[in-house]
Amino acid sequence: MHQKTLVELAAGLRQGEFSSVELTRACLERVGRLDEQLNCFITVTGEQALAQAQAADARLQSGEAGPLTGIPFAHKDIFCTHGVKTSCGSKMLDSFIAPYDATVTQQLNMAGAVMIGKTNMDEFAMGSSNETSYYGPVNNPWDVQRVPGGSSGGSAAAVAARLVPASTGTDTGGSIRQPAALCGVTGLKPTYGRVSRYGMIAFASSLDQGGPFTRTAADAAIMLGAMAGFDVRDSTSVDRPVDDYRAGLDHSLEGLKIGLPQEFLGAGLDSGVADAVTAALAEYEKLGATLVDISLPNAALAVPTYYVVAPAECSSNLSRMDGVRFGYRASDPQDLEDLYTRSRGEGFGPEVKRRIMIGTYVLSAGYYDAYYLKAQQARRLIREDFLKAFETVDVIMGPTTPTPAFRLGEKADDPVTMYLSDIYTIAVNLAGLPGMSIPAGLSDGLPVGLQVIGDYFAEARLLNVAHRFQQVTDWHEQTPPGYE
Amino acid sequence: MALDSSDVEKIAYLARLGIDPADIPDYARNLSDILAFVEQLNAVDTTGVEPLAHPLEATQRLRPDAVTETVDRENFQQHAPQTEAGLYLVPRVVE
Amino acid sequence: MNKPGAWETVIGLEIHAQLRTRSKIFSGAATQYGAEPNTQACAVDLGLPGVLPVLNAEVVRMAAKFGLATRSTVAPRSVFARKNYFYPDLPKGYQISQFELPIVYGGWLDIELDGGATKRIGITRAHLEEDAGKSLHENFHGMTGIDLNRAGTPLLEIVSEPDLRSAQEAVAYMKKIHALVRYLDICDGNMQEGSFRCDANVSVRRQGSEEFGTRAEIKNINSFRFVEQAINYEVERQVAVIEGGGEVVQETRLFDPDKHETRSMRTKEEANDYRYFPDPDLLPVEIDQAFLDAVAATLPELPEARRQRFIDAYGLSADDASVLTASREQADYFEATVDASGGQDKLSANWVMGELSGALNKAGMDISDSPVSAAELGVLLQRIEDGTISGRIAKQVFQDMFNGEGSADAIIENKGLKQISDSSAIEGVVKEVIENHPKQLEQYRNGQTRLLGYFAIRNRSTSCCASCLMHDPASLR
Repeated sequence: MHQKTLVELAAGLRQGEFSSVELTRACLERVGRLDEQLNCFITVTGEQALAQAQAADARLQSGEAGPLTGIPFAHKDIFCTHGVKTSCGSKMLDSFIAPYDATVTQQLNMAGAVMIGKTNMDEFAMGSSNETSYYGPVNNPWDVQRVPGGSSGGSAAAVAARLVPASTGTDTGGSIRQPAALCGVTGLKPTYGRVSRYGMIAFASSLDQGGPFTRTAADAAIMLGAMAGFDVRDSTSVDRPVDDYRAGLDHSLEGLKIGLPQEFLGAGLDSGVADAVTAALAEYEKLGATLVDISLPNAALAVPTYYVVAPAECSSNLSRMDGVRFGYRASDPQDLEDLYTRSRGEGFGPEVKRRIMIGTYVLSAGYYDAYYLKAQQARRLIREDFLKAFETVDVIMGPTTPTPAFRLGEKADDPVTMYLSDIYTIAVNLAGLPGMSIPAGLSDGLPVGLQVIGDYFAEARLLNVAHRFQQVTDWHEQTPPGYE
Repeated sequence: MALDSSDVEKIAYLARLGIDPADIPDYARNLSDILAFVEQLNAVDTTGVEPLAHPLEATQRLRPDAVTETVDRENFQQHAPQTEAGLYLVPRVVE
Repeated sequence: MNKPGAWETVIGLEIHAQLRTRSKIFSGAATQYGAEPNTQACAVDLGLPGVLPVLNAEVVRMAAKFGLATRSTVAPRSVFARKNYFYPDLPKGYQISQFELPIVYGGWLDIELDGGATKRIGITRAHLEEDAGKSLHENFHGMTGIDLNRAGTPLLEIVSEPDLRSAQEAVAYMKKIHALVRYLDICDGNMQEGSFRCDANVSVRRQGSEEFGTRAEIKNINSFRFVEQAINYEVERQVAVIEGGGEVVQETRLFDPDKHETRSMRTKEEANDYRYFPDPDLLPVEIDQAFLDAVAATLPELPEARRQRFIDAYGLSADDASVLTASREQADYFEATVDASGGQDKLSANWVMGELSGALNKAGMDISDSPVSAAELGVLLQRIEDGTISGRIAKQVFQDMFNGEGSADAIIENKGLKQISDSSAIEGVVKEVIENHPKQLEQYRNGQTRLLGYFAIRNRSTSCCASCLMHDPASLR
């Protein structure tokens, strides 16, 4: 059963081949057996999941079920879940039992999806390897010595290891696409504003966006359909109807113009990754697409721009973690300053502290213009490159990451090298565009991701482009050895 | 911009981050590396470029002035570090 | 001051007016004052992880109203920014405010000085922001309690140019703004509850100097009297510092209303670096002409225009017009009284400023809580005008009305205070009095004219108005 896709499981539930309770039990059993070596989950919510599954079964029987009703999924521990610990991978929130549901949580509940637990992640989503989590790193099911990517590492690895058919993630600089690539699953970061950020613990507010991990694009279409939508509680949410993402999956790609940014295919790219991407592009040509060389001249500015904008926003967003109303509080504070500095000093890990300090510095008096304002200007240049490109092409493609999964600890001591693992994904967040990563091959037995970038609100187009590829390839069906 | 230990201490205080003094040199090195890296931006001419704060450049939506929230104080304070008589307690504040 | 005239005082005020909305500026929690601690602080106000702000439409409308009323520019595009600092009554570790692009800027209003001259005071800007919670310093095992009910209450911070030159001018300006926000119905003006409070930036310089001196900011003053006291104290202090060879330090000070002095706040000033940046959870606020036109259509007549109209239409003196338009409630009351009294403008003015205002003062009440409505007062004034009662009796009737004994007509009727004007009735009464007091009549006729009063009193005891006899002493002859 664990090898079935979400679409297949939904069909099985409808046809009564198995119940949601049976399916949920099977997932929980698999998590219990296999997660010890992967560490995908921070919290497993078995009892609650079975209660949800029972309710889903009743709904299925009454004929009021949607495509997600009764489907188990794993929820990134960044989304608030009422009555369930929501840690964001941090000691700071280890004691935080969310008193409310995120909008995405509510929407998935309403769709009848069954949450089986909360997944491990880099602390406050700051990391590209899942090594900054207070709960320890997640191991990549393809090679447990390697990282799954981050920050949504637990969610990506859980889908790759067939623990769940789907999971949620968030993507600020690549945190869905990069782990999807490194774990060999399908991950989608929607257009900024498409998925509500309410109740999704903020890292960098102008960049964060929630999205799904699944095995296939068709499954992602179902997940995104439930997650997306306008939310009055989020000022940056866009009031625009949600497309029927499944309706156009099979559209022909005849005449599709694919832009290939030369900046994404040059130096620093692993040859195995380059080969897989080249082969994938050849498949697209066979499907009727044409390849067009394009240029994103300011692409090199993306990572430095990001490491000003994201830390600046996070330094302020994380100020509410002060040991007063919720979360970690240092014992026996001597005075107010002591309460703040020790609660925050003890509650945050080193990477979070680094980013808070960078952010504090770039916003401080005398440096704002040189760093923050400059980065905001560079951000516009980066976005304009994309806008120009989309005047001539339908989608943009390239590798999701420069290399396949790296070894645990390999980059942990060098923040800048670590930051460069998001070199191809970050620009997309700065521009607010939708992007996907789909499995496109293996390099020395490790998955390679193809990144597909679309114009604003072109999620349906991305899913169509990904789906057609998955109909003629089987990379998305490859299972990590030992998890078949 | 290379940061020294006293810069790190100053920033850490602004951000109310307790840092082990033994770790300060490492932070100084890491933060200086990151700043050196982001200073690549200085090479770009951004004269006359309007800063971009938000990718979609939309405008603020307004909410009708209506009371829509009912406050369940017990729910909110259940896991708070220290409360009494409905108040959150902190070490004495001297003004 | 040691050397009067040697020093010039320079003052700028930052007035914080809580906007009287139902819900908070960025959340749907109620803004009502005085609720149980933390029962009006929702997830957004508490700054829980993951929550987001959404702007209340009403605050934008109210700010625009203020902008139009002070001939300011209402910005077509304004931006919310975060002011970052740690304090327990500031749940998110930042206050959402406006920094570079406020919603209102560049206006003015005139204040009246002693002697009737006016002075124009510049309004640099007025920006929207959220209020903080409250720290309660009662002893909780040596700890401070935090109540976040007030957190997120909308504030309009009105920043003046440093145009004020004395504590008196500062108070006049503050009163003017106070009256204005109440005219506009955007703030309840309740200073005890902190709905209207100010920070004063005070500096001194040598008379004739062009440069500003170093200023001190006196925080959170919540009465007109305290503003005056605090500024006067601060000016003396600064002059003494400079004349003593010292230098004024730029700092934040608190006014102690018990000791009538200001003292330095023990905060690390050098560590204040607010790191303002545009709030990424909020988008720029755009206001177009259609919106402004709609707001303009709802603007009430403003104090100055109304004052002029009172002079022109009712023939009031400039002073009376000023007094009556000092608050919108009082001006409304006056005009309603004029209407109800059948257009007796001067009588209405005298009564509103005299009898009514005196009674309210004595009772410690606001005109909006007056037990006598303008309509009721108007009827009373009509009774004077139509001769039912005299002005003197009317004062007595008014006291009874004020004490809740009923309407003017009911009191006049029940207490038999009606002045009789029907001459045959008067004759009957007079005849009765005369017949019942032949001895006194005899004495009166013999020249003891002071007995007139005696008859008047007798007359009153027989349920008639005392003054009838006074009016017609001839009947005694």
